[in-house]
Amino acid sequence: MLRLNCPWCGSRDELEFSFGGESHLTRPMLDASDQEWTDYLFNRDNPKGIHLERWRHSYGCGQWFNIARDTVTHEIHSVYKMGLPRPILAAKEND
Amino acid sequence: MKGYSFISVARQAISGHKGWPVAWRSPEPKKNYDVIIIGAGGHGLATAYYLAKNHGANHIAVLEKGWLGGGNTGRNTQIVRSNYYWPQSARFFDHSLKLYEDLSQELNFNVMLSQRGLLSLAHSRHEMEGIRRWANAIKINDIDAEVLTPEEVKKLVPLIDLNCRFPVHGGFIQRRGGISRHDAVAWGYARAANAYGVDIIQQCEVTGFNIQSGQVTGVNTTRGAIGAEKISLAVAGHTSELARMAGFRVPVTSMALQAMVSEPIKPCLDTVVMSPVVHMYVSQSDRGELIFGGGADVYNSYAQRGGIPLLQENVASLLELFPVFSRLRLMRQWAGIVDITPDTSPLMGLTPVQNLYISGGWGTGGYKAIPAGGETMAYTISNDRPHSLIEDFRLERFETGALIDEGAASGVSH
Repeated sequence: MLRLNCPWCGSRDELEFSFGGESHLTRPMLDASDQEWTDYLFNRDNPKGIHLERWRHSYGCGQWFNIARDTVTHEIHSVYKMGLPRPILAAKEND
Repeated sequence: MKGYSFISVARQAISGHKGWPVAWRSPEPKKNYDVIIIGAGGHGLATAYYLAKNHGANHIAVLEKGWLGGGNTGRNTQIVRSNYYWPQSARFFDHSLKLYEDLSQELNFNVMLSQRGLLSLAHSRHEMEGIRRWANAIKINDIDAEVLTPEEVKKLVPLIDLNCRFPVHGGFIQRRGGISRHDAVAWGYARAANAYGVDIIQQCEVTGFNIQSGQVTGVNTTRGAIGAEKISLAVAGHTSELARMAGFRVPVTSMALQAMVSEPIKPCLDTVVMSPVVHMYVSQSDRGELIFGGGADVYNSYAQRGGIPLLQENVASLLELFPVFSRLRLMRQWAGIVDITPDTSPLMGLTPVQNLYISGGWGTGGYKAIPAGGETMAYTISNDRPHSLIEDFRLERFETGALIDEGAASGVSH
């Protein structure tokens, strides 16, 4: 069972959340090539390690937020709000 | 290869079973091979076997970072079926089922295929209409399917509770579907490939590719660099990682799909039962254990273990349909990392890197595809063009839009 730290509601069970997939996907402009469009629609980083992903507190405040989670250990390294840039995780570890 | 037979078993019995030869060698990796297959699961081993047998390829190695058949081949729920909706999938998966029907003879290894029938349930009038449509499509594809009334379901599976939370409105059965023994499939292909001289190298993890002007020339491994003219990926959940090493991206998400077994009990369930709505499937193994599972955990995962919430959901779903199983104890639970594509159809064929081939994106249903996957990939590697059965599963379909949105791929909805 994951415990996710919702930026608004605090630490809650995985069951209250919905997973929204990889974060920081930027929709290409209308003149994008087929290849860019395919990459945006279908291709994913899917790393073994730190994954930046979106979650929604569906059965709570209903807000979306981002987390940086390790896909092997499920350890959550960072929780940050939508619209913020990718976290610099090395800096966090030095804190 | 020394054949397994009644006589050889009888002879070994007399001499105390001390004279059995090893089923496959464990050679040191050579400096160069004609073909390297990465991943000694069912698909990788089958590909090596058919390359040697059908295409006369020599100098083949199968590299495995762990142990042979220790990934999804040894973690699935052993179900074989070909009840697919789209003609492209039906053609391919029914060919695979046909190969399964002769596999024990082909490999001289008993894969314990039991075509006990695979029943898919409907829990509403509308879903029943969906089931009729699905069964019709299967029959048009020249595959067996039979729609059943609730009474017929009850007769086939007496333990089922038809009046559960979502009452059973009927279903359809593919009688040629069933289960087989997954370890035997891996071991059978490994032994048969070994007999053709294929090197199966375990504990040898690929750490990178050598690519020169767009053409792959070898791999770096934890046991040194190995050169090869052609290389093929059969790494399931690690498809994205290997593709990244080779410099291209794939439409794959890796997730943990869990399954579990109960303690063994006397034979009580002789059909595979699946329910897309209640979200579970169950069968009873020859050892008497109930093997069951449901959907995959909802988030990306490379951890070979499932989450507790989904485990509880799977158990609850089973007990909803079969309240009689509520006193059973759960014996084991595990997970495999499955590579799910957006249209739940596999990725097969060529890649952007020359002489590098891919067999991946098998998601939650790769086991049933092992014989046909191996055979068609062997053709593809040998001829450097996709076999006609897998042309439509090529990587470029995501760019051209020719997706094969196969809802039946998972059997239960994901």
